Amino acid sequence: MTRHLLSAADLDAATATMILDTAQEMANLAGHQVKKLPTLRGRTVVNLFYEDSTRTRISFEAAAKRLSADVINFSAKGSSVSKGESLKDTALTLQAMGADAVVVRHPAAGAPHRLAGWVDGSVLNAGDGTHEHPTQALLDAYTMRARLGRVAGLHVVIVGDVLHSRVARSNVLLLSTLGAKVTLVGPPTLLPVDIATALVPGISVSYDLDAVLPDADVVMMLRVQRERMTDSFFPSAREYARRYGLDGPRMRRLPEHALVMHPGPMNRGMEIAPEVADSARSTIVEQVANGVSVRMAVLYLLLGGKPS
Amino acid sequence: MTQYLIKGVRVLGGEPADLLLRDGVIAEVGTGLDARGAQLVDADGLVALPGLVDLHTHLREPGREDAETVETGSRAAALGGYTAVCAMANTDPVADTAGVVEQVYRLGREAGLVDVQPVGAVTVGLRGERLAELGAMASSAAAVRIFSDDGHCVADPRLMRRALEYVKAFDGVIAQHAEEPRLTEGAQMHEGEVATRLGLAGWPAVAEEAIIARDVLLAEHVDSRLHVCHVSSAGSVEILRWAKARGIRVTAEVCPHHLLLTDERATGYDPVFKVNPPLRTAADTAALRAALAEGVIDAVATDHAPHAVEDKECEWAYARPGMLGLETALSIVVEVLGPRWDLIAERMSRTPARIAGLSGHGQDLVAGAPANLTLVDPAARWTVDPAELASRSRNTPYAGMTLPARVVATFLRGAPTVLDGKALR
Ligand SMILES: [Zn+2]
Repeated sequence: MTRHLLSAADLDAATATMILDTAQEMANLAGHQVKKLPTLRGRTVVNLFYEDSTRTRISFEAAAKRLSADVINFSAKGSSVSKGESLKDTALTLQAMGADAVVVRHPAAGAPHRLAGWVDGSVLNAGDGTHEHPTQALLDAYTMRARLGRVAGLHVVIVGDVLHSRVARSNVLLLSTLGAKVTLVGPPTLLPVDIATALVPGISVSYDLDAVLPDADVVMMLRVQRERMTDSFFPSAREYARRYGLDGPRMRRLPEHALVMHPGPMNRGMEIAPEVADSARSTIVEQVANGVSVRMAVLYLLLGGKPS
Repeated sequence: MTQYLIKGVRVLGGEPADLLLRDGVIAEVGTGLDARGAQLVDADGLVALPGLVDLHTHLREPGREDAETVETGSRAAALGGYTAVCAMANTDPVADTAGVVEQVYRLGREAGLVDVQPVGAVTVGLRGERLAELGAMASSAAAVRIFSDDGHCVADPRLMRRALEYVKAFDGVIAQHAEEPRLTEGAQMHEGEVATRLGLAGWPAVAEEAIIARDVLLAEHVDSRLHVCHVSSAGSVEILRWAKARGIRVTAEVCPHHLLLTDERATGYDPVFKVNPPLRTAADTAALRAALAEGVIDAVATDHAPHAVEDKECEWAYARPGMLGLETALSIVVEVLGPRWDLIAERMSRTPARIAGLSGHGQDLVAGAPANLTLVDPAARWTVDPAELASRSRNTPYAGMTLPARVVATFLRGAPTVLDGKALR
């Protein structure tokens, strides 16, 4: 295991599989009423959140606490970080506090990479701008494996605002590493330049959602912010939903076994119809639960092996 | 005034000769020269070039003296072999009045290490709304000839047309920072594979190319001179080639970093590699090198852009764009062009001096010429250590790199500003 988890590209297939296996064990223990493991007792995990993301922060917090770590929440609101303290100065503060791991969510791509150069502890990227969100990709892979038994060989279709999506980038990298075939679908304005080759080779790109659905094992719908239309990425929410939203009729074009995933929070009626979000194919609720197990596994593997 | 006798120097890499500097000019050129009372400079193995001229320097004074001053930037320039630099107008206050350009000019004279030629802003406050008093700056003591809103593009086509026309009255030239602002809102690095991988918003080459295409047509339409700052893309080269073939009066500069470095450097998110326009691809650097050798690009300009530590030791998106350049430019150019001394003199001295209207600079080293020259050790190799640079800032993208050729001495009007690789003041 590497010292940091900055990008899904930091994980080779063996390491990613080890994380998923460990997450499975964590989930099994939780099922047996073992609420807390002593693994990280005496270790300090700092949640450093420069963006409001209660869901992700709570998920990491729960994961760290179930491993008996001391958790410090350092949120941008009401702290020195909102008063203009530089990331480097904050890093030095965390260093002085003896943080063993820093879980960082930041609006600027690459902020976790900068942080990793300034602290001795492990840095976990919990979402950096439009770059990556590796633990989201891990929990998505975990969910696929739990439902379909494998990741290798699956055809995963990722639909929507790939340009602004850290979830998409991390998923493309991790799923390819694990042997899945990935197709990205969206309006050309929301597919970044050279995306077919920029991350990994072998990615397919399509502008036609209907054409790829019959061949999909998993459809992952990305959140699309309505404000994108004011910047002319698409003309209207209605047209977007019509061309790229997943509604009932489209869902019925999927093979029987295919899953519908969404990293949340959803825009119901925009990229996903309520009928689809609430269907049996939807894994959206499981994804949240699996997030805690996967984050426990990552913290355990990054920190567990080290002397305290 | 002390005379200097430079012994055994190879002018432009030619046969060894002696140069006698007296009263600010090259008094004699020959072999076996002897001059009583002259200070000897042993230049065995060194190459003499006319003093370098930089069309694009940010000296940061007034306003950001914590990053650079006219004096520290002048020292960096002299150590880099320069005898003249054009100081960009994006200071605080902006150099958009006769008062500010005269202040910068005077500070340059007081430092006395290079001739500091102020560039005047095209528009008031660089805001792109209305023309600054270009004529007043032209007729000031600073005798401004180059006008630029550098850092910003003169994006309004009507305003650009007026500026191009207006400066004809005093043989001025508009130096355009070519960047269509609507295409680069929020842009962080070259739009391409690396930006997509890093999740950083792209700065597409077309944002530069579209403005260059528009501006060469405007320059043709009003029969004016246009200078294009820091050309960064292969597509821009093709537009310039077309414009020149058509007889349009356009000149262009390229920066050392765009000749050597690519967008791959952004991997790791160290903002020392953040610059505007951004580092582009290997295909772009290859096209720029070829264009520089061929003459489609007329000059090398540093875009020396010092920044305080806090403006670079931060997240990529929050960092200011820009790189140091004065002390490394010649070495980078030797690295990419090879020891083609006459070509280097053309691109780094004669042509930029002509574009800037600096008649005392960029002249061949013959008897009677102003004694503005630099002596280079072509065999030296040196490793860039940011802490050793004379600039007040440390944001060099070449830290740790080993580069060819080193400036040993620089003379400004017959007086040394640098000897034995050290600045004299
Ligand atoms: Zn510029």
